[in-house]
Amino acid sequence: MDPECSQLLPALCAVLADPRQPVADDTCLEKLLDWFKTITKAGSSLLLLQENPCLVELLCHVLKPQDLSSRVLSFSLRLAGVFAAQEDCFQYLQGELLPRLFGEPGPLGGAAWTAPSVRSGWIQGLRSLAQHPSALHFLADCGAVDTIFSLQGDSSLFVASAAGQLLVHILGLSMQGLAEGHPSLQAGDWPVCAQKIVGHIEESLHSTAVPQITQALNVLTTTFGHCHDPWTQVLWVRLSPLVGSLLEKDPVPAAHSLVDLLLSVARSPGLSSSSCGLWETLAQTLNHLSPTQAGPLALGILKLQDCPQVLRAQAFVILLQPLACVLKATGQDPGPSDVLDSATGDSLTVDALLSSKAACVGLLCRTLAHLELLQPLPQRPCPWPQEPLLGAAVTLLQLCRGSASPASDVGRHLCALLLGCVRVQRAALDFLGTLSQETGPQELVTEVFAVLLEYLRSPDSSPTVLKKAFQATFRWLLSSPKTPGCCDLEPHALLVLRELLPVLQKRLCSPCWEVRDSGLEFLTQMTRHWGGQAGFRHALLASEVPKLTEQLLRDPESYVRASAVTVMGQLSSQGLHVTPVSPEHPGGQQKSLLVELLHILSTDSEGFPRRAVMQVFTQWLRDHHADVAGDTEQFMARVLQVASQDLDWEVRAQGLELALVFLEQTLGQFHSHCPYAVTPPVAAPAGPLAQALQPLCRVRLFEFAFRALFDCDRPVAQKSCDLLLFLRAKTASSSGSLQESRSGPDVASVEAALQRWQAGDQGQPLGDLEPEVVLAVLRSVDLEGLRGALAEGSDHMEKSPQSLLQDMLATVGVLGENEADCY
Amino acid sequence: MLDCGLDMTSTLNFLPLPLVQSPRLSNLPGWSLKDGNAFLDKELKECSGHVFVDSVPEFCLPETELIDLSTVDVILISNYHCMMALPYITEHTGFTGTVYATEPTVQIGRLLMEELVNFIERVPKAQSASLWKNKDIQRLLPSPLKDAVEVSTWRRCYTMQEVNSALSKIQLVGYSQKIELFGAVQVTPLSSGYALGSSNWIIQSHYEKVSYVSGSSLLTTHPQPMDQASLKNSDVLILTGLTQIPTANPDGMVGEFCSNLALTVRNGGNVLVPCYPSGVIYDLLECLYQYIDSAGLSNIPFYFISPVANSSLEFSQIFAEWLCHNKQTKVYLPEPPFPHAELIQTNKLKHYPSLHGDFSSDFRQPCVVFTGHPSLRFGDVVHFMELWGKSSLNTVIFTEPDFSYLEALAPYQPLAMKCIYCPIDTRLNFIQVSKLLKEVQPLHVVCPEQYTQPPPAQSHRMDLMIDCQPPAMSYRRAEVLALPFKRRYEKIEIMPELADALVPMEIKPGISLATVSAVLHTKDNKHILQPPPRPTQPTGGKKRKRASDDIPDCKVLKPLLSGSIPVEQFVQTLEKHGFSDIKVEDTAKGHIVLLQEAETLIQIEEDSTHIICDNDEMLRVRLRDLVLKFLQKF
Repeated sequence: MDPECSQLLPALCAVLADPRQPVADDTCLEKLLDWFKTITKAGSSLLLLQENPCLVELLCHVLKPQDLSSRVLSFSLRLAGVFAAQEDCFQYLQGELLPRLFGEPGPLGGAAWTAPSVRSGWIQGLRSLAQHPSALHFLADCGAVDTIFSLQGDSSLFVASAAGQLLVHILGLSMQGLAEGHPSLQAGDWPVCAQKIVGHIEESLHSTAVPQITQALNVLTTTFGHCHDPWTQVLWVRLSPLVGSLLEKDPVPAAHSLVDLLLSVARSPGLSSSSCGLWETLAQTLNHLSPTQAGPLALGILKLQDCPQVLRAQAFVILLQPLACVLKATGQDPGPSDVLDSATGDSLTVDALLSSKAACVGLLCRTLAHLELLQPLPQRPCPWPQEPLLGAAVTLLQLCRGSASPASDVGRHLCALLLGCVRVQRAALDFLGTLSQETGPQELVTEVFAVLLEYLRSPDSSPTVLKKAFQATFRWLLSSPKTPGCCDLEPHALLVLRELLPVLQKRLCSPCWEVRDSGLEFLTQMTRHWGGQAGFRHALLASEVPKLTEQLLRDPESYVRASAVTVMGQLSSQGLHVTPVSPEHPGGQQKSLLVELLHILSTDSEGFPRRAVMQVFTQWLRDHHADVAGDTEQFMARVLQVASQDLDWEVRAQGLELALVFLEQTLGQFHSHCPYAVTPPVAAPAGPLAQALQPLCRVRLFEFAFRALFDCDRPVAQKSCDLLLFLRAKTASSSGSLQESRSGPDVASVEAALQRWQAGDQGQPLGDLEPEVVLAVLRSVDLEGLRGALAEGSDHMEKSPQSLLQDMLATVGVLGENEADCY
Repeated sequence: MLDCGLDMTSTLNFLPLPLVQSPRLSNLPGWSLKDGNAFLDKELKECSGHVFVDSVPEFCLPETELIDLSTVDVILISNYHCMMALPYITEHTGFTGTVYATEPTVQIGRLLMEELVNFIERVPKAQSASLWKNKDIQRLLPSPLKDAVEVSTWRRCYTMQEVNSALSKIQLVGYSQKIELFGAVQVTPLSSGYALGSSNWIIQSHYEKVSYVSGSSLLTTHPQPMDQASLKNSDVLILTGLTQIPTANPDGMVGEFCSNLALTVRNGGNVLVPCYPSGVIYDLLECLYQYIDSAGLSNIPFYFISPVANSSLEFSQIFAEWLCHNKQTKVYLPEPPFPHAELIQTNKLKHYPSLHGDFSSDFRQPCVVFTGHPSLRFGDVVHFMELWGKSSLNTVIFTEPDFSYLEALAPYQPLAMKCIYCPIDTRLNFIQVSKLLKEVQPLHVVCPEQYTQPPPAQSHRMDLMIDCQPPAMSYRRAEVLALPFKRRYEKIEIMPELADALVPMEIKPGISLATVSAVLHTKDNKHILQPPPRPTQPTGGKKRKRASDDIPDCKVLKPLLSGSIPVEQFVQTLEKHGFSDIKVEDTAKGHIVLLQEAETLIQIEEDSTHIICDNDEMLRVRLRDLVLKFLQKF
């Protein structure tokens, strides 16, 4: 600890110990504790206490009967734990202080115990303390384990959860020394503390009270999740009959926790699953749990790497049951798949589905989510029943729209429950999208597109459902089989596209902005993939979509304008933007898209469209878009001028990105920062460096970059710093060809202007700069230093422990003369 | 009579009435029978495979065969759409009763009738077709003419004079106002939330309550919200006027309407919205008010053409008390409740009585036109259909649910313009009905048969029918139904002076009895107990005697008895009084006490005691007095 802090510490401890001085800020205490943890990790706690007796005094002081705040008491308990983690320090404190802090005489029996923060501090203190065998004796002596048992049922969930974790920790600690030498340890030979904990778990598992069973199962779950020593296998062998007996109860108590435990055991590398009867227990559990409870277990089993095929098959059947019921209820053949066929007959699942709308929706959504998670995994069941699953997803979507016509009573009931249900619609559309990874028979794919179009057309589809329908449609269009050697949409997908475009047209005119936005996003995705393909281009150009999209540049909603800017940029890049004829001025051409985007950049009141414009411009510059390539310098000058005045830092940062692309293209041969950027076919400048830098000067790139260097927003300044450093590095190698004018008056005035800018006065422009001046200034400015300063967090000055101690003291007025840096 | 609606779908069988001579319509070929017989070709014309009557459109009247409408005392009107047949009833059936309706209902109903009469009368048609109605001929015609029912009762539109006369018979009422009908029942209109002034009705006596729920809406639109609480505790709830398009959600449809409108206009096309001059149009204009700026349609003109357009737009602004809360509060700002006032002020919405006159000079395209009639058989809409039907840039958007849009479009085929069907029906759907019934819990629900089963085309949609317990009683056309309750009690009032004279005796805690002698006076179904006429003051011995002879009932007043006889104690009393050989038998209704020696039998039941002895009056009186000891007298 540095001397300054040592000096401040006594005053701080006095403040903390004084009940009249309220510590307002919890985060200060957390920071203080973190600081002590850092110190004790690096050095001896004992030495620390000896050098700073005020700390022990603080710990002693909090034990006095007084009206001390619960947060200080909690802090002290945790602090004591941090110190006592080292065994010598533990011995130093053990005599009197620790038993009084953590034992019966301490806060345990007092009024302060009613505060959850004190109970939590007590647990965390013990958790830190319990690091060595001496601590185990201490815990046993002061009866802490019994208190921890009772805290498992605490009214505060944080306390209850921490108590459970502490038990696991103590169990692990007590087994630590013994386990190494005795891999075949029998439970009877276990240390007393471990015996006690295991005994408590056994007792809880025997209990009829569900909360107690839950606590025991949670402790076991954490144990098997964290400890993989051989003794855990012995523990499982000892407890598995008890866990198994829970399955005999109806309903199975704490089913959710039971599932977690079994999966935790199955995942534990310390256990040999086959030898301890785990697979049998899992199979039995799958049979006993209700369909809703069994789903997560089935998914967990299917995710396991090594698991008997029979169990996997059983789990998959359970997982598929709800969908199989849906298929059966709507009179559909579940298909040739054995798996789905064997999943159809479960009356429990049917009952669960039909019991209420909430149960039906919950079960189906969970099933769909589980299958969606499973689909991309390498260990997913094989063969994957793609066809019936597709059928089920389509049927569910039809049921939700009322367009399915089930013949059975169950089907009609399902239809009534699911009608208009947005949750199931969303889940089914997501799942349908996932299924596009593989295809299906053509007639089923046709059905998929039909149901997707039905959703996209329906006036009743909610905006979120529509968005998902667009996403699923795109994924299915992507997955439709391609003609070899051709990237264009296949004929069937083109037919779908022709039906899709009128729907998209209508959606782009929707009164709901989310719908317009989703429509534009969909169009962006499609254009990105097929913008160069003849079939797509023909269909798009024959529709009104490009024209409507352009009108959305003037949409009242900024998100929509931003999306429209992105789409228009892309359409224009692909040559899909046709300048329309204005309805007001038939025969007259409307202004070009570039002008329109520049107008948005300079006048739009919202940031999103302006950012989008900058991205489009950057892309255009990279792609040598015709509108830009015509007069790149004028374009750059105009854009940089507007961007430099933008209030949105992201626009300014994007301006630097644009500047970098221009710089690369102008100087050539620079390595592109963006791995996706098309390397421009620009040759290295033939002439001297000054000539190469001239265009950059003409577009006032340097003024923009220098101004950004002192930007009040750090990311902009960092980006500018990087750009200038990059330029300096590039020019350094060829500086020989340039006559420097280090001492010229221009350089001095520029440096003076930069200093003013740095001081916050950004009013004065730099004027026209010569390349020589630029290079001189580049070398004179301490860019590395600036980069280092910018890399520091904005609070690096205030982060020091000394500052923390000063702040804490200042808030209670002890350091009256100190003008505290309040942040 | 509950409501008085007019079935206007009959007009779909007729050719449209164009405002100006339409060469296309007048050149349609006449229809001839399969055998080539062309005797009907003057009356029936063929257009794109459909046959239409070339005559003034006619309307299907309410059922007149089942009851004599002259015997109807009262007609209760629910909303302005449900009164369109009123002139036929009040002017041609001998009806002499009273019609009850709210003020907006009457005013807007008048506008609808006025518009209808105007549409028909301004294009007089000399030709009148009646030959086709002959039953023998009708069955030779193609569908749907062949299947039209009761064509002989179809009538031409009424005149303005008849409208005025019919409306003069209406008595205006306000929400929650109690109206006594002949003392027999009380009727009360309640807000139904569907349209300006729309009502549900409660018909109740002192002990029975029947609710009549007609077109109602739980959506937040412009009218006052529906009053559900007052419908509670109904013995019977008659439910009708549910949405005609249960699968179309009004919110989705409004979105669809706006999208299609914007799409058409942005592509340079015109939009035609066939509509009634009041109702949904107010909500549509409000939606458009919010939408047009955001959709960049600010410079697109909106035209509302109707003979009553001006009145409709203005009326809507003055019925503040009948509007929803939000709109009511605007009145105090003061602001017009509906934003269409601002649309008019800013010239975005213009209204005209007809195509002729100012409209012709103001008209510019692309534009949006709201005009009637939704059947597309008469009104200015016919002209726009003829004008814009040939271009695929234009769109007709159907928002009124009353007519099948395909049938409405049939005489305009072939048609190039786009047709969009966005029926906006804000009336209750089946989910809302289920919630309503759960809320108000009537003992019985009575509704049309159609509501008790899914639509034939969607037989699996169990959600598209009324689901309630006990199952709803359904009725069909011309079916007579007995409502499932009996009138068991009547309320009788007691005059204050008579009430003062009563001396109640508490026979059980909380229950008191008093004897009363009075005259029951019944008039106009009201019953009043009045004090009996006082005997005239005695002026002489003879007269006094005569007066007491006149009212013998007042002279001898037997006491009334109450209480029960405890058998064991009664037997002990008998024994005390010297009776022996007493035997008690239990019966289903009470006990029989047998005095074997005296050959006497005493039957004690809950509400009677009989002493049966053989001609021994002395014994009977003795026993009677013993019985009376156990009973209270008053």
